Amino acid sequence: MERATAATITLTVNGVAHSLDIDHRTTLLDALRERLDLTGTKKGCDHGQCGACTVLVEGRRADSCLLLAVAVAGKAVTTIEGIGGAAAGEALHPVQQAFLDHDGYQCGYCTPGQICSAVAVLDEHAAGWPSAVTGDVGAEEIVLDEPEIRERMSGNLCRCGAYVSIVAAVADAAGAQS
Amino acid sequence: MTTMPASVPTAVGEALTRIEGRLKVTGQARYAAEFPAPGLAYGWIVPARIARGRVRAIDIDAALALPGVLAVLHHGNAPRLTDAGDATLLVLQDDAVPHWGWPVALVVATTSEQARAAAERIHVTYDEEPHDVVFSAEHAGTYIPDHVNPAQETSTVLGDVDAALAAADVVVDATYSTPNEHNSPMEPHSATARWADGRLEVIDSNQGAFAVRQSLATLFSLDPSAVHVRSEHVGGGFGAKGTARPHVVLAAMAATVLQRPVRVTLTRQQMFSLVGYRTPTVQRVRVGADASGRLTALDHLAYSQTSRVLEFTEQTAIYARVMYAAGALRTDHRVVALDVPTPRWMRAPGEAPGSFAVESALDELAEQCGIDPVELRARNEPDVEPATGRPFSSRNLRTCFTEGARRFGWAGRDARPGVRRDGRWLLGTGTAAATYPARVTPSTATATAEADGLFTIRITASDIGTGARTALTQIAADALRVPLERVRVLIGDSDFGQAQLAGGSLGTGSWGFAITEACRALRTELDGGATVPPDGLTARADTAERVQALPALSRHSYGAQFAEVAVDLSSGEVRVRRMVGIFAVGRVVNPLTARSQLVGGMTMGLSMALHEEAILDPVFGDVVNHDLAGYHVATNADVPPIEVDWVDDADDVIPTGTKGLGEIGIVGAAAAIANAVWHATGARHRDLPIRPDRVLFS
Amino acid sequence: MREFGYDRATDVAGAIALLGADPHAHYLGGGTNLVDLMKLGVEAPTRLVDVSRLPLAGIEVLPDGGLRIGSTASNSDIAAHPDVRRRFPAVAQAVLAGASGQLRNVATAGGNLLQRTRCPYFTDVTKPCNKRVPGTGCPARDGEHHNHAILGASVQCIATHPSDFAVGLVALDARVTVQESDGPREIPLEEFYRPVGSTPERETVLGPGALITGIVLPGLPIAARSRYRKVRERASYAFAIGSIAAALHVTDGTVTEVRIALGAVASRPWRARAAERVLLGAPVGADAFADAADAELAAAQPLRDNAYKVPLMRNLIVTMLSELAEAPGR
Repeated sequence: MERATAATITLTVNGVAHSLDIDHRTTLLDALRERLDLTGTKKGCDHGQCGACTVLVEGRRADSCLLLAVAVAGKAVTTIEGIGGAAAGEALHPVQQAFLDHDGYQCGYCTPGQICSAVAVLDEHAAGWPSAVTGDVGAEEIVLDEPEIRERMSGNLCRCGAYVSIVAAVADAAGAQS
Repeated sequence: MTTMPASVPTAVGEALTRIEGRLKVTGQARYAAEFPAPGLAYGWIVPARIARGRVRAIDIDAALALPGVLAVLHHGNAPRLTDAGDATLLVLQDDAVPHWGWPVALVVATTSEQARAAAERIHVTYDEEPHDVVFSAEHAGTYIPDHVNPAQETSTVLGDVDAALAAADVVVDATYSTPNEHNSPMEPHSATARWADGRLEVIDSNQGAFAVRQSLATLFSLDPSAVHVRSEHVGGGFGAKGTARPHVVLAAMAATVLQRPVRVTLTRQQMFSLVGYRTPTVQRVRVGADASGRLTALDHLAYSQTSRVLEFTEQTAIYARVMYAAGALRTDHRVVALDVPTPRWMRAPGEAPGSFAVESALDELAEQCGIDPVELRARNEPDVEPATGRPFSSRNLRTCFTEGARRFGWAGRDARPGVRRDGRWLLGTGTAAATYPARVTPSTATATAEADGLFTIRITASDIGTGARTALTQIAADALRVPLERVRVLIGDSDFGQAQLAGGSLGTGSWGFAITEACRALRTELDGGATVPPDGLTARADTAERVQALPALSRHSYGAQFAEVAVDLSSGEVRVRRMVGIFAVGRVVNPLTARSQLVGGMTMGLSMALHEEAILDPVFGDVVNHDLAGYHVATNADVPPIEVDWVDDADDVIPTGTKGLGEIGIVGAAAAIANAVWHATGARHRDLPIRPDRVLFS
Repeated sequence: MREFGYDRATDVAGAIALLGADPHAHYLGGGTNLVDLMKLGVEAPTRLVDVSRLPLAGIEVLPDGGLRIGSTASNSDIAAHPDVRRRFPAVAQAVLAGASGQLRNVATAGGNLLQRTRCPYFTDVTKPCNKRVPGTGCPARDGEHHNHAILGASVQCIATHPSDFAVGLVALDARVTVQESDGPREIPLEEFYRPVGSTPERETVLGPGALITGIVLPGLPIAARSRYRKVRERASYAFAIGSIAAALHVTDGTVTEVRIALGAVASRPWRARAAERVLLGAPVGADAFADAADAELAAAQPLRDNAYKVPLMRNLIVTMLSELAEAPGR
């Protein structure tokens, strides 16, 4: 049976539609980094084990290394470049500002993923989603305290050990948002 | 020229956010794999799948037939290299396989997908030889190394340890072990190499672009000036990027063969066999003391492994050489060469595993003597460095303990183990000391007064997350006596000349020394009326002579670590509830980034205590859990509030007055946690990590 | 990763037809496990049939008070659903204990059930593995097996099933609805996974081309008081070394209903029937809980480095049942 191993797809990233001839094997992560020069999204493990490649797909956080670009066609992707501040003079997202103020990073390599994840964590909490440390999983109101932030941010490894400052940054941004 | 105001606000000491911070939080900071290059090709390493033997044949035809494949390099066709003093870089030179994962071929293709697919199609047959990969202190091949890393004495002996132990009122004789630990920086090693205008242009992820340039020049028999290595932003290293690693050699090789830009990025899995790791250790510690807890003997013997490619002996037993006033002191090392990847530096090599053993043994001694662990350490403060008799430049360990105990709430601690409970959790607290050498090495730097009134500093420093770029800007601004905004520090470029690599907590002191010298020289010229020509006025400094002339003092940073843990004996789970670390680290240039460094070190120490362990398969000779799902590093949920501060520690041996911050945070952290686990449960954990199964069976 | 074709299915029949047309085709759901395995070379499909956009993502309440979870519902949607959280808390807790927020957003219900073991020999194509290549051997038995099975394993394979979700489901009598080429089928989850035996490569009872369309949780009142607990080697983002889902009902001091399932101990989510048998009709208390745990673990066959799982699971069973017995509203 004849089978095409590449396709022309439309990838919508940060509101811009890109038409790409793409090898079916290409992940969203590699498409962003190697084809669209959107290198803010990082490759740390390429297997969904570190979170450095976190982006938002239809507003929800996802590890872009495990998404095939062809399967994401037509969906809205937001990368760190679409969160804020990518252009000179453009305002930072409150989460970005909080990471900057609290020194919630060191080498910076996990940072775009952490920030994309944190933006989504605030939305997930606002939507009432519970976490693995939520005492009563059926509760309608869940306080986004430090244990909740730690658990919800645990899909993003940071080897420099900036977690303490990351938690402070997310708590700060959550407080500013609420 | 303009006259400087008499008083300029000092930048050193200010808690400034990182100069490159905006670039990092917006994704605009480009790391090594992120610079586009026209015609870029992608290299993919084919790793050996035996632990010892020879490559009999490599069948590359199927791979070459795949679309996009440009070349397959292997020992039969790769360019010859000249040994640059590091045999781990001599890849594709012969048919020998010294360990699992050793590169046996490099596939180069026009996309990474094609390269990966082709690498899967390369069929390698081997003449396999029996391998020897299992480390133990009883290994028959154990020997006494000539020196330990980097060039320190293998053994030191002071007094008669055996006689002192025989006469001691109290003796602790215990064996501790730490496993293979992997640096695992978040950014995998990557290099992009290309030839341009007669120069080998390399963008690489490393901790020292100058050292990488020197290695590449030697390997490829090039004049050093024909090699240019840049590493502007580096996604962590912790020692794993200290010097050149095979990826950059392979990238340069392929770029030379193909005469087009080639990028080689290691997979996370490949990092477990190609970039170094912390050796496993077995450490026997014997401590003798009188009834009041004063040490009469301290004996530390450390076993570790190296590879058959390159001897590297971790300096595990040096910790005791500086720490305690024992009447008799012996420190010694043994090493065994196995068919394994070469261990290299990982954050606080020597002190990190060594402090776990010694500081655990001290806790055992405190238990036996019935003396508070903080008091025990105070009673054994030396007046001079024990092993050498050198005077200390400054030593504020006692102050660290006093302040740490106060912050932690140590006073009144009930020493009995296993008596505090919170639901299913048993609670305990523990402490440990920390030290790390504060050294400097010669470096060069230039300072340029620009025609527009700004100043540019150039130094081949590297900011791997330490905050070096920011701290050096603060140091330069003060040395120039100008506001911070007028100073730009450029780093990570081998064209800026020789400088210390980012490792060993040597960076800020060594670079800051050179920058201070260059800036002062420039300041003097400007103050003397020199005019700034259109292309700027540059002063250059080389601290070689000044460093050589430094007094022979014992210069170290110190710290006191405190931890509270909760242990569930029914599940084996251990959670750290809080940590306090108080450090004496000389002058603190930037409190914001300094705190991050220290907290980060303690976080890695927590990870070392509870999580990290590469598991070697004795049959295949590889690390079985060779990814970030299998090799556990601490997640956010593992890390509790960590309070860090520092005490006054004036020490102006070098101009910056700094002692380095990169390693001290990890030292002693695992011991403090293990000691807290004992206090919680009454079970002594002498083997790391403190896994659930070990707790269940304790 | 070899080249492959890609088709996006728009309805269930079309998906099955597309898959049937290519003998080496594979369904693609969220891909969080499949794409991972393709990169490792463990899976090498010639065609992917993307079923992630099929209209099967709904979660609906059934007349008996049960739930039907569509097979393409994301793990996050399951855990966030009010009816799952309030009426099947063990299921919500199990889902939340798995993976990370990023992965749960993408991973589907059906894919979660079909995920493969994380045994390091299975995921390394340079090693022998009876599950990956039948007949090549099992290096785990003498090699690294500290997180391998203690129950129901065979000489051929000691791998565990990695799902948390499935442990919660199997405790609560979930059924899997499946569309096969010859029509729909409903399979109790407890019977969905085949015993390991001598064919570890055949993990489920699904026929060729079968597509999971949903999961049915029957309306069990006891489910509202169910709980899940997971033990792992770090606090988050790690596979279990032992887990338990359970529910308990006590009437006048006697156990009248009990459900227990264990995770990370077998090739499938392990329904602890032996323990349940001991408990039913027994006077509630620590003795009965210990007897039940011992009864279940009597068949355990621990190896050199996973023997800790026997006391671990015993403690988890006793602790969980004790907590359930003491919980208000039982």
